Amino acid sequence: MTDNTVRPQAVYQAHLLDGQGSAIPTLKVLQADGSLYPDATLPTLDRDTALKIYRSCVFTRVLDERMLAAQRQGRISFYMTCTGEEAAVLGAAAALEQEDMIMAQYREHAALHWRGFTTEQFMNQMFSNEKDLGKGRQMPIHYGSRALHYMTISSPLGTQIPQAAGYAYGQKMQGQDRCTLCFFGEGAASEGDFHAGLNMAAVHKAPAIFFCRNNGYAISTPTSEQYAGDGIAPRGLGYGIKSIRVDGNDMLAVLAATQLAREVALREHCPVLIEAMTYRLGAHSSSDDPSGYRSKEEEARWQEHDPVRRFKLWLLAQQWWSEGEDEALYQAYRDEVLAAVKVAEKLAKPALDTLVTDVYDQVPEHLQQQLDEVQQQVRRYPEHYPITAGREQ
Amino acid sequence: MAQMNMLQAINQALHQAMSNDERVLVFGEDVGHFGGVFRATAKLQETFGKDRCFNTPLTEQGIVGFANGLAAQGMRPVAEIQFADYIFPAFDQIVNETAKFRYRSGNEFDVGGLTIRTPYGGGIAGGHYHSQSPEAYFTGTPGLKVVIPRDPYQAKGLLLASIRDDNPVIFMEPKRLYRASVGEVPEEDYELPLSKAELIREGSDITLVGWGAQLELILKAAERAAKQGIQCEVIDLRTLLPWDVDSVAASVEKTGRLLISHEAPLTGGFAGEIAATIGDRCFLYLESPIARVCGLDTPYPLALEQEHMANEHKIYEAIVASVQF
Repeated sequence: MTDNTVRPQAVYQAHLLDGQGSAIPTLKVLQADGSLYPDATLPTLDRDTALKIYRSCVFTRVLDERMLAAQRQGRISFYMTCTGEEAAVLGAAAALEQEDMIMAQYREHAALHWRGFTTEQFMNQMFSNEKDLGKGRQMPIHYGSRALHYMTISSPLGTQIPQAAGYAYGQKMQGQDRCTLCFFGEGAASEGDFHAGLNMAAVHKAPAIFFCRNNGYAISTPTSEQYAGDGIAPRGLGYGIKSIRVDGNDMLAVLAATQLAREVALREHCPVLIEAMTYRLGAHSSSDDPSGYRSKEEEARWQEHDPVRRFKLWLLAQQWWSEGEDEALYQAYRDEVLAAVKVAEKLAKPALDTLVTDVYDQVPEHLQQQLDEVQQQVRRYPEHYPITAGREQ
Repeated sequence: MAQMNMLQAINQALHQAMSNDERVLVFGEDVGHFGGVFRATAKLQETFGKDRCFNTPLTEQGIVGFANGLAAQGMRPVAEIQFADYIFPAFDQIVNETAKFRYRSGNEFDVGGLTIRTPYGGGIAGGHYHSQSPEAYFTGTPGLKVVIPRDPYQAKGLLLASIRDDNPVIFMEPKRLYRASVGEVPEEDYELPLSKAELIREGSDITLVGWGAQLELILKAAERAAKQGIQCEVIDLRTLLPWDVDSVAASVEKTGRLLISHEAPLTGGFAGEIAATIGDRCFLYLESPIARVCGLDTPYPLALEQEHMANEHKIYEAIVASVQF
């Protein structure tokens, strides 16, 4: 049984193909100065939406700056920034409907802000306090929200890719007019789950949008040591998936590509692959120092392509935004984030019984016994358990 | 009631689960039109359509990853891994994702609807990669349930309960018994409880614990011991995680002796967990050391399968040694 639409042409001499001359082009809309490329087509975008996107850019910049500092001060244990990739993440998120599922890797919290995750919710997760939706169980930045259709992040790379295929298949089965957006980095695309997920989605015609943030590095590993082909986008073609490469620092290009991807995914019940070319301006994480593997000159070159500035220049040119409003917005978010830090870090940690709940839907007998033992231990040695000692359980 | 073999019982359970709940989907390698390499999924695609019963590409991590996504979305996937020996490519999806989905999200999301079916076990000249019993790799993973039936009646009732349980279940089917084990199975829909062991033979001298195909060998050894005047109490654990400690402990408090037997290698096998727990719970009742009769600590061999296996002769000898201790 084959229904492949591509019919191979026969040749009669042995000749190896090397892919040269068939590199995937890059979609661009916005120039560095905020003007449009000649012939470029604008995505669907009204003033309110554009400003909402921009506000999420600024919030993300402020959050990243403040929380990296908070990690340096020892107030939270870990942090990862989105710096340099705000356009890739927000351009994609803004092309979706609110009820489409987002399954992210970890560097996409801008999308969560876009969906309405509050400053307090970000803080509660990072400070793993009792108001954290995740009950303080995962490392900082592993966000998730059922209400906002944002799947809880997990650390193992690429695992969400076949899951997105399954999630999207379920949406299609139930006749929902919804898709699943799956973010991952170019390093994660080397995992077997990338292959498994894209192939499963293609064969089973799942309306998933696979969105690769190709930011040049996986921790210290440059793309030259990650793959030898033409990046990630051509791989989609090998699976029979419609694919596009886009300038990931160009908010309007990412938005245009993802709007088209969503339309095609839902109309044709099929996956789409987007590769957004961008640059990880910050360190990999608060545990990483990029000066050991890349030059200041390289970073400075990419600063020139700052996606937030490029988008702002366009907004200014539309006269939808002003430098005065810009300064006020940064200041307002700085105040808001600082205030939220102060509240979140004072809230209590989750109650002791959350150690054993949610392992299963019900707490099984052996886990209840283990909890009882820990409770007795805390009562006997309260000085060793300052977080839970003396609290009503 | 009807006479059926284990495959027919499993097939009927899948038909009933899919009829009863349209969220139930069945997929894996060769499960579609062909009906599975063992025929466990026969006629499902014909009855329920290609959207609900389908072949997947040959990728175990893809099958379980896809199933995790479907279950998170609210469906109830029943994924098949063709042989338990090939579940390891999906180990990361199962251990790091499936098992932790609910806990790590604070119950914002879960994959409780997921069931992974997989044929396991030796005795069929399957060599290294068609004979393994990997249950202990999973019993060390909080968040999973591990269920193993021993006959057609158990297989149907436990599979229906597993599919409907709101936790992910690894359902391991003893392929040696697929056609060899035949018994009475009610035609109607029924469930058997998870995490409940079953006392299948009463005795007063020693408690024998096992699961799956191993019970057939344990029962043969118990019969032989009975002829020597040794009364064995035999317990089918049925669910390995979370397991029914109380039933095993109650039996050992009565008999004073315990023997556990499984196909998997001794070291790190689930018998070690049972022995340690019962040693702890029943220390003052024990009249002899807890015996473990298991596979050798080798890869599963082809030519010397009988020598490797925890067969009825080895079990019988261990019963006698325990009683005479």
